[in-house]
Amino acid sequence: MKKPIEAIVKAGDLPVGFTAQPGSTVAFKTGDWRSVRPVLDREKCIYCGFCYYYCPDGVYQDMGAEKWYKPDLDYCKGCGVCAHECPKKAITMTLEEV
Amino acid sequence: MSKRVGIEVSLAVAEAVKLADADVVAAYPITPQTHIVEHLSELVADGELDAAYIPVESEHSAMSSCIGSSAAGARTFTATSSQGLALMNEMIFIAPVLRTPVILAIANRALSAPINIWNDHSDIMSVRDAGWICLFAENGQEAVDMTLAAFRIGEDPQVSLPVSVNIDGFTLSHFIEPILLPDKAEVDRFLPPFKPVIKLDIAQPISVGLLAPPESYTEARKATDDALLASKAVVKKAFDEYEAVFGRRYQVVESYRVEDAETVIVAMGSIAETASIAIDEMREAGQKVGLVRLRLWRPFPAEELAAALSAAKNVAVIDRHMVLGVDNGPLGLEVKSLLYDAPNRPRVFNYVLGLGGRDVTRDDFRDIAARVSSSQGVQTRYEIVGVLA
Repeated sequence: MKKPIEAIVKAGDLPVGFTAQPGSTVAFKTGDWRSVRPVLDREKCIYCGFCYYYCPDGVYQDMGAEKWYKPDLDYCKGCGVCAHECPKKAITMTLEEV
Repeated sequence: MSKRVGIEVSLAVAEAVKLADADVVAAYPITPQTHIVEHLSELVADGELDAAYIPVESEHSAMSSCIGSSAAGARTFTATSSQGLALMNEMIFIAPVLRTPVILAIANRALSAPINIWNDHSDIMSVRDAGWICLFAENGQEAVDMTLAAFRIGEDPQVSLPVSVNIDGFTLSHFIEPILLPDKAEVDRFLPPFKPVIKLDIAQPISVGLLAPPESYTEARKATDDALLASKAVVKKAFDEYEAVFGRRYQVVESYRVEDAETVIVAMGSIAETASIAIDEMREAGQKVGLVRLRLWRPFPAEELAAALSAAKNVAVIDRHMVLGVDNGPLGLEVKSLLYDAPNRPRVFNYVLGLGGRDVTRDDFRDIAARVSSSQGVQTRYEIVGVLA
């Protein structure tokens, strides 16, 4: 049996110079190789915003009136900076399990 | 009208870059290339060339700046040699995939160690797989002509690839030769303004220099190789146009007295001119010898070279670089690979000479022809001509 080719684009269809248009990650989710994800204990959360400001990928969204910050798991890489910086230890990095 | 002037070849190359009206020169001095960028620095400082001259702190930065300026739409030139090219190595492999048509003059010099400032081809051969179009000049006139042609070829929208112009260090770079320097009007007829395929533009932003995961890296490499192989047709077209404007004819592979030749010498660079004189002398003595010279090294002109060697009984390939740990030099490997499937496969001999500036004379080529004609079998490993072993 012929092995299927693990390619997402034909060589001939690539843009010259392997460039990309801005905003390509809207379509291309970059969080799928995460091994752990942040899980928030809202009981402990004081809505200080450290997770929002420290996140190197800017995946946290300010939930406003609900007074918490929600990570967009389509883009979170699971680095754990938010959990490390959280002054109330309200974020736990939890293993991703299939 | 072109004007014949007595000029050092390095300065003439810089004058060609001025005639091409380069926008950016980013370079670091290194022997024996220094005079090229030194003169360009003067031309910019004196207001004769309206370009940005970036005096970078290393060759790595030189090539990085060149890739960036080319991606920003500027006609870009740099020059280097030996260790400088080695220090550029990381960026050398990036320019082709990004399709940035940087033009690079290499005053070819031996790589360390041991430290040696003189001429051979080990610098360019160490980056032969990077994806650059590689041209070789035989004399000062060709150094000028290939520099102008390089801009025309690399910037062609069908190509959009970097081009190296290989000029033997000292042997060419430091000699004063009578050179026909074209006038600006002629150059403008040959070389249109640079219209970049890749352009960093605030109004239409793009990302350049991306990561490719396993799902697209192979495809990106193939796309670059396809473009490089396809560039040969544009190289030929550019040479035709060069002849139409300037009257000098160039081909990707050039043959000299190969008709009825039993032994054909294959060489690149300035030693081919020495070889051609030796061929004349051997022909006068009744020896059936000829010469084939590669002007285009990458993309490898396989069909043209195979055609040029189709009638030869013996092929003597000259290399000015050793591929340590392998039985042949870089050109020897290519020629053997090329001829493996040839219908009348000739015997292929590989000779390494002229390393680290050791003189190559007509006697060396007579020696090679004699070795080939006296050989009964096949050669299993390259031989060094002129080594005290």
